[in-house]
Amino acid sequence: MSKPAVVVEGLHKQYGSIEVIKGVSLTAHEHEVISILGSSGSGKSTLLRCINLLEIPTRGEITIHNELIRLKAGRSGLRVPSDRKQVERIRSRVAMVFQQFNLWSHMTVLQNVIEAPIHVLKVPKRQAIEEGEAFLERVGMYDRRDYYPAHLSGGEQQRTAIARALAINPSVMLFDEPTSALDPELVGEVLKVIRSLAEEGRTMLVVTHEMDFARDVSHKVLFLHQGKIESEGTPQAVFEESTSAPFQQFLARGAT
Amino acid sequence: MFDLKGYLPMILDGMVITIEVALLSLTIAVILGIAGASAKLSGSRIAYSISTLYTTLIRGIPDLVLMTLIFFGGQILINNLGDQFGWDYIDISPFIAGTATIGFIFGAYMTETFRGAILAIDRGQIEAAQAFGMSRLLLFVRITLPQMVRHALPGFGNNWMVLAKTTALVSVIGLHDMVYNANLAGGSTRQPFTFYLVVALLYLAITGISDLLLHWANRRFSIGIRQV
Repeated sequence: MSKPAVVVEGLHKQYGSIEVIKGVSLTAHEHEVISILGSSGSGKSTLLRCINLLEIPTRGEITIHNELIRLKAGRSGLRVPSDRKQVERIRSRVAMVFQQFNLWSHMTVLQNVIEAPIHVLKVPKRQAIEEGEAFLERVGMYDRRDYYPAHLSGGEQQRTAIARALAINPSVMLFDEPTSALDPELVGEVLKVIRSLAEEGRTMLVVTHEMDFARDVSHKVLFLHQGKIESEGTPQAVFEESTSAPFQQFLARGAT
Repeated sequence: MFDLKGYLPMILDGMVITIEVALLSLTIAVILGIAGASAKLSGSRIAYSISTLYTTLIRGIPDLVLMTLIFFGGQILINNLGDQFGWDYIDISPFIAGTATIGFIFGAYMTETFRGAILAIDRGQIEAAQAFGMSRLLLFVRITLPQMVRHALPGFGNNWMVLAKTTALVSVIGLHDMVYNANLAGGSTRQPFTFYLVVALLYLAITGISDLLLHWANRRFSIGIRQV
C-alpha cells in the first residue's frame, strides 16, 4: 500500500458545550479518493475543515505527509497552532474547494488562479501564468480567464476554484460539498472535472451528497453519523453490505 | 463681480493652509482609523476597550470644544511637564494643534467606517485566502485591503467632506486659514459678506473636486462587482 497522506487520530471538535465530532480517526493514503457522507449536522464538513485547520480540533491529532501539526493550549483554554508558519506551509500544499466557491471577487479568473502560486509559493509570474492558463484550459475556463467571478455561472465559478486549487500543485485536495450550491444542470460539468482528477491518481477527500460519485469514483467511503464514523470501507462494502440503520435511513432519504 | 481690494492673495494663502491642514489631518485620521478598526476586530479585549473608549469619547464631544481643550490644555500639560524636566517654554503651534485635533477626531469616524467595511467582506473569501496558506499580512494586503476600499469609499467620502469643512474651526485657535483671513479682510474693508461668500465658493470648489475624485475612485474599485 502507498504511503499515508493524511492521518487523523481521535479527533474531537466542540463548540461551547456542543460536541460536533466525537472521536474520528481516518487515514488517506496517497492516490486515494475518500468520500465522506452524512446528513447535515453529522460533522462531515467540520471534519474536513479541521484537516487544514480552518477549524482547530479540540482534541486529537492530524498528520499530513508524516508532519504532525503542532497545537498548544491557548489563553482561552482552546488550542491554537504552536507554529503559525507550519500551518501556512501545510495549507499551501493542501488545496481546498469550497461549497460557495469563495473566489476572490476583485480578481479575474486568471488572477484568482495565479494568486497563491505567485504570492505564497513565490513562483515567477510568467511561469505562474503559463501554468495557470493550462489549468484553466483543463477545466474549460481558458476562454473566460479575464472575467470576474460575478459574471460567471456557479458551475464556471466552481471550475475556476478547482483550477485555483490545482495551481498550487497540491499533495492533497479537500472538497467541501463542491456541487451542493449548484443548480442541478450545472452539477455534471463540475463532477466531470472532479472525476478526471480522481482518475489521474490525486489524493482527495470529498464531502459530498452525490451518491453515484461516491460509489463509482472513491476507493473508500466514510459515513458520519452524529459526529462518529458509523460505517466505513470500500464503496461496495458500505453501499451493498452495510447493515447500519442510520445509513439505510440516510440512503432512503437521499435517494432522489 | 467682487471688488476684493487686493485681498485675494491673502485669501488664497489661507486656502493653501486650509488644504494642508485637511490633507495632513486626513492622513492622521486614516492611520488612526485603520489602527482603531484593527483593534476593534482583533479579538483582544483590551484593544477593543481602548478603541471603543476612543470612538465613544470623540463622538460625544463637540469638535470645537475638543480643539480648544487640546490647544489650551495641551499647552498647559506640556509646559507643566516641561517645568519638571527643566525644558524651555514650548509653544504648540496652532497648525500642529489644529491638525492633530482634526486628525484625532476623524480617526474615530474612520475607525467605524473601516470596521464596517472589513465586516462587509465575504467571510468565505478570507477563509479561502487562509486555506491557501496566506500569512496575516499577505491576506490583509492582497484580499482585505482592496475589498475594504470599495466598502469604505462612501463612508470615507462623507468623512472627508465633513473633515474639509471642519478645518474652518482652526481659525478659532488663531491659524491663518482662509476663514481667518476672510474675517480679517472683511473687518478692514467692512465687507464681511463679500469675503465670506468668496470663502464659501472656495470650500465648494474643494468639496466639488473631491466629489469628482471619489466618484472616479468608486468606479475604479468596483471592478468585478455587478452594478445593480
